[in-house]
Amino acid sequence: MAEISKERLLWVYERMRLIRTFEDRVHELFASGKLPGFVHLYAGEEAMGVGVCAHLTDRDYITSTHRGHGHCIAKGVDVNSMMAEVYGKATGACKGKGGSMHIADVDKGMLGANGIVGAGGPLACGSGLMAKTLGTDQVTVCFFGDGAAEQGTMHESMNLTSIWKLPVVFVCENNGYAESTPWGYHCAAKDISDRAVAYDMPGATIDGTDFFAIYEAADEAISRARRGEGPSLIECRGFRYYGHFEGDAHTYHSEEEKARNHARDPIESFKKRVLERGLLSEAEVAEIDTKTAKMVEEAVKFAEESPWPVPEDVTTDVYVSYP
Amino acid sequence: MATRTLTFRDAINEAMRLEMRRDPKVILMGEDVAGGATLPHMQGENVEAWGGVLGVTHGLAQEFGWDRVRDTPISESAFIGAAVGAASTGLRPIAELMFVDFLGVCFDQLFNQGAKLRYMFGGKAHVPLVIRTTIGAGFGAAAQHSECLYSIFTHIPGLKAVVPSTPYDAKGLLTSAIRDDDLVIFFEHKLLYDMEGEVPEDDYTIPLGVADIKREGKDATIVTVGRMVHFALEAAERLSGDGVDVEVVDLRSLSPMDNEAILTSVKKTHRLIVVDEDYPRCSLATDVVALAAGQAFDYLDAPPRMITAPHSPVPFSPVLEQAYIPSVDTIVSTVQSLM
Repeated sequence: MAEISKERLLWVYERMRLIRTFEDRVHELFASGKLPGFVHLYAGEEAMGVGVCAHLTDRDYITSTHRGHGHCIAKGVDVNSMMAEVYGKATGACKGKGGSMHIADVDKGMLGANGIVGAGGPLACGSGLMAKTLGTDQVTVCFFGDGAAEQGTMHESMNLTSIWKLPVVFVCENNGYAESTPWGYHCAAKDISDRAVAYDMPGATIDGTDFFAIYEAADEAISRARRGEGPSLIECRGFRYYGHFEGDAHTYHSEEEKARNHARDPIESFKKRVLERGLLSEAEVAEIDTKTAKMVEEAVKFAEESPWPVPEDVTTDVYVSYP
Repeated sequence: MATRTLTFRDAINEAMRLEMRRDPKVILMGEDVAGGATLPHMQGENVEAWGGVLGVTHGLAQEFGWDRVRDTPISESAFIGAAVGAASTGLRPIAELMFVDFLGVCFDQLFNQGAKLRYMFGGKAHVPLVIRTTIGAGFGAAAQHSECLYSIFTHIPGLKAVVPSTPYDAKGLLTSAIRDDDLVIFFEHKLLYDMEGEVPEDDYTIPLGVADIKREGKDATIVTVGRMVHFALEAAERLSGDGVDVEVVDLRSLSPMDNEAILTSVKKTHRLIVVDEDYPRCSLATDVVALAAGQAFDYLDAPPRMITAPHSPVPFSPVLEQAYIPSVDTIVSTVQSLM
């Protein structure tokens, strides 16, 4: 913990707070009927995405999930373009063609939120193969949920990255439920990270609400990948505050569990720790709270004032060229 | 440009070889494309690697090394998806799906990922990937190794679909496909691999989406692709003895498709027969007939006809398999019935 610079700690708090504020605002906007389609919110999982992406540059890649807003923000995607995308506006990150479930920014190394559970694994193999073939030091992180852990694609991908020693880190964000199905029911393993043994890679299960534990585990795994020593699997045990999607009554979250989750909020835990140790001040934290609230309000304003796509755009961007 | 006789198999091999020499970002991956990866006795330039179950990638591992010619595990989802991921981040992979029938194993990575990434990302990504795969009945390989299925890929926006019929076309079309910035599925008919033809030594391209009139005629138009081009040409030869002059339009590419070539020919001959080895429903055949019905109806002197495989899986027994594949006899009698 001592080796994290103050500048980095400020960045970490800003990113985590920005994710939470963004998601809480999307929750309100959705409830008020302002957003088309459906959204899956990341609130509660902030320490995972930020703890991992803190070790990545724009040149590194991530593959994401249907719950991708947090990964986007952790990877540095502009929140104005994200909010506009969630609204379906022409100024969105994907010109309104992807929506919440497909926000991407290849220039930032964000290879897309993904509507297919477990689909990111093979794509991560691909960007890993690119780095290995061209001899770059780029690393790819594949975020996936506990539900995706049961998809064959994830098993195939872990095997492939291991036999080819690809620079890929698999980060399982175990929030306890595959939609509404508890992970203790759908997963035959005691820990999802136990599966690392089968693919001859290091595996660890850590507290997904503990930023510092995640930061440290990710540092080790990403450094290993960057050195060309192959993939790792990190399972982060955490929770999400909202349902699988907005509108999900999530009765599977008992009141007792909800109370337990609130008591281990990843952002509050981080804040408590850095304040107690004098690493950040109350004033610095408050300043970030104000700044991120303003960023999200500006993003909403930007999205609402942005133009809709024109109908002619339906058939553009299908191909690079199609005579 | 100097030419010489090459097989369809070697023409495809040469297209890959020349493009891999030309661009270090072109890699090849698939099950057994080299064969024997990591075995101690398989190292070195002079070792004869297998080069695929049908020998199409023979010699490429020796020339380009095992890092650019990668044997994959039997994990179609992982390696087809990896090819999509690699293509969208800077490589120009060629991935080999051994038989098109294995599509079912990796369909998500193709149609939900590869075909849609560019669109979902608002045009901010592209997927310069070629997936080579084998098609066709007549090999005694039964229902899970004999289909054509190119209509399924043609159906999907974001994919291009190319079906060569000659060694010359195969080399030129594959070269174009590798240089293309979109995801191209390249369908190789197994029973064409040993076919010989004149092929230039140097590299050359044939644009995707341009049909080739393989035989000019004035009385009837046969629109077809792949192995059926040769069946159509044989039927046309027989029909010429009866004074019927058949035009054979080899589409070569199903997506994009050369609508103009079809319509021009139909407007000239006033009769349309589509010969297609794929299944009959929602297919190349129905697509071409719909095009002619919609845009050349007034020119047609007879109802358009479709000669296709039946709505049935491919059978094993040689007797059944021969009955399954459209025949030259059927093409001849169908054309005669329209005259």
